[in-house]
Amino acid sequence: MSPMLEVRDLEVAYGKITAVKGISFSVDEGQVVTLIGTNGAGKTTTLRTISGLLRPAAGSITFQGKRIDEVPAHDIVTLGLAHSPEGRRIFPRMTVEENLLLGAFARNDKEIRTDLQAAYDLFPILGERSQQPAGTFSGGEQQMLAMGRAMMSRPKLLMLDEPSMGLSPLMMKRIMSTVDTLRSQGTTILLVEQNAQAALKLADKGYVLEVGKIVLEGTGKELLTSDDVRKAYLGED
Amino acid sequence: MRYALPTLSDETRAKHAAKGWPLALLGSALLLVSGLLSWSYDDRILGDISIRFWPVGVQIMAMVLGALGVAFALMDRGPLRRVGNWLDVALGLRALSTGVLVFVALVLAAIATEAGGLVNVNEGGWIALVGALLMFVGSRFVPQRELGQMHSARIPGWAEILVIALSMAAVLFLAAYLLNQDDAWLFVLGLAFIIALSMGLARSGFFTWFGHVAQRHKHVLTLAAFAVAFLFPFTQNGSDANMSIATQVLIFAATAIGLNIVVGLAGLLDLGYIAFLGSGAYIGAMMSNSAFATIGWKPPFLVTMLIGAIVASIFGLIIGSPTLRVSGDYLAIVTLAFGEIFRLAMFNLDGNNGPKLTNGPNGIPGIPDLQIGSFNFGDTHNVFGIPLGRFSNYYFILLLLIGFIILVFTRLNNSRIGRGWVAIREDERAAEAMGVNVFGLKLLAFAGGAFLAGLAGTIKAHQDSAVSPDQYLFLESAFLLAAVVLGGMGTIAGVLIGATILKLMPEKLRFFSEYRLLLFGLLLVLMMRFRPEGLVASRRRQLEFHDEDESLAEEVEDWHLEDVR
Repeated sequence: MSPMLEVRDLEVAYGKITAVKGISFSVDEGQVVTLIGTNGAGKTTTLRTISGLLRPAAGSITFQGKRIDEVPAHDIVTLGLAHSPEGRRIFPRMTVEENLLLGAFARNDKEIRTDLQAAYDLFPILGERSQQPAGTFSGGEQQMLAMGRAMMSRPKLLMLDEPSMGLSPLMMKRIMSTVDTLRSQGTTILLVEQNAQAALKLADKGYVLEVGKIVLEGTGKELLTSDDVRKAYLGED
Repeated sequence: MRYALPTLSDETRAKHAAKGWPLALLGSALLLVSGLLSWSYDDRILGDISIRFWPVGVQIMAMVLGALGVAFALMDRGPLRRVGNWLDVALGLRALSTGVLVFVALVLAAIATEAGGLVNVNEGGWIALVGALLMFVGSRFVPQRELGQMHSARIPGWAEILVIALSMAAVLFLAAYLLNQDDAWLFVLGLAFIIALSMGLARSGFFTWFGHVAQRHKHVLTLAAFAVAFLFPFTQNGSDANMSIATQVLIFAATAIGLNIVVGLAGLLDLGYIAFLGSGAYIGAMMSNSAFATIGWKPPFLVTMLIGAIVASIFGLIIGSPTLRVSGDYLAIVTLAFGEIFRLAMFNLDGNNGPKLTNGPNGIPGIPDLQIGSFNFGDTHNVFGIPLGRFSNYYFILLLLIGFIILVFTRLNNSRIGRGWVAIREDERAAEAMGVNVFGLKLLAFAGGAFLAGLAGTIKAHQDSAVSPDQYLFLESAFLLAAVVLGGMGTIAGVLIGATILKLMPEKLRFFSEYRLLLFGLLLVLMMRFRPEGLVASRRRQLEFHDEDESLAEEVEDWHLEDVR
């Protein structure tokens, strides 16, 4: 079976600066795959390119057997690929419910209300404060909203960009366990993280990025026990 | 963050609290009584204000303001306490008294200039001044009190509807009264009265409460507003003078609401919107039965209307598709240029420099009145014995048009598309990541706005009976934008008010016409300083300007909860 998402020799440039220098990786259905690496490694750029917000300079992106590197961003969402962007990027002056409904913007069916309820079940706090402007939420609550919003498009593949950024350890645990729940419910997840330990514990497969290149790959367990990774990212020597 | 002028410290206020309230009550009562007295020896000015126990014009205004002051005072500490425990009467009283002081001072100034000196002021005028001063000083010392919850302040449904009906009736009465004032002083005083009244009501929170009520009875409010607008021509006794102004206000308002879709909902700055109105008007003129019309085909008017609107939206597409892909500033510049290009093109398409379409600077005059079926818009019709002239006819068709445009506006605002526009305004990249077709939605707003302006334009051509390039100056676009910003971006009521103010003031204050631009400039600067969200603020816009205000965030939540219920 071919992988759900396949990225091949991807290069992305901002003007003359090449941020991603020919990376290849794949995500199989039902898996949690993580990209880890330091600041500026090209993780966010990769996600933004997959979701169509940036255009690749070279290489190909295939989602469920279809090339998507030329497809406009709003059509990519319709194909079943959702992106929860770095820094959460919720709409601060819209209510929680309006934020969630925007996640379902690309859909036009009658089950949006059911999914709204599903999001409230996943994160009860969203249901309690559904009419509150989202800008009044704390960072963790905003992250829940961002994830709930991304799920509203009923994605086959969910891309999360640093969901643990700026969160308390407790909240981070909560978010990571939600990622696990979503996988068990059948959503494939591509997770970008700086918190390598938390991400690798969860991941079926991981890739380590360094200045635009993949330097290591393996299962989550392999990477977690690899000496190189331990030294570089887990703060052990 | 709320801007406020320097106020007394809480300690000083507490020290004199006992004296403040009686002073304010006494002042209000004096003002109320003064209306029954004679204000001037001269019986020729401001309507006859020299007779005792026969209040007219400004005296009635003073009595209304006084009565409101008394009511506020009694609500603070008196028999009416339970009625308005959710009204912040202390703040209301302070704002009201400031307005009253200005109003009374203006009345005295009017008497002095009209009759020659302050000697002509009679006891009533002086008592009113004393009352206003007492109110002003006393109200500063009235402390604010604990307020009841606004959204739990419920009165029976029928009473709320009655409040809406009465407010609407008051609006109709005031509008008719103001329009009928040929005396510039009376017009100015009427405005000062309205400002004083609204200041008091606004600061006390009455309008916020009214907003909640309106939210609960949306349809009643809309119907009442339309009923009032519909009844207006019947108050004019067939006089065309005011109806001519009223139709101009309506055209201006219809166009401004169209622009509000582009600016207020989609957040696109359009500085050449008047060109779309012009496209419609020129199409209407070219296809009319005028002897100077340049197109031989004379379809029925409804077809012409549609063609005018479609041509305008095609222009919108042509301008929008290359520029909407880039950021906002470019759009502003391109639309500014388009407005000028449109005017110059109309100026030059006279047969010498291009196809003969517009007769150049002469324009297309002599456009006959509209004729729909057997109904000719030039004729006077009698309804219930009240003659309704040419302008009344146009007024009614424009009212229909405005109704249609408002319907489009609200449907869009509350739809998935409207939500997409808000998201684009908030965070364009995030919206894109959510699957919002950013370019498509912007183009829809732009072309849709142009379509509505085109519709209005075709009617305008007939109502003005002529089109020429100099009707479509950049200044007109600027005024439209000013109406939207002044009234409140993204709201209907605000833009209606803004359009009325901007169109009515120059008509009624002709002596001021040279300083018109200066006045508007000053007005806009003051608005941006003290109330950037406009006269009537949409709740979301308010959040955009006052991000840190937590109580405002709570208010927005209440407002949404109201909607859900």
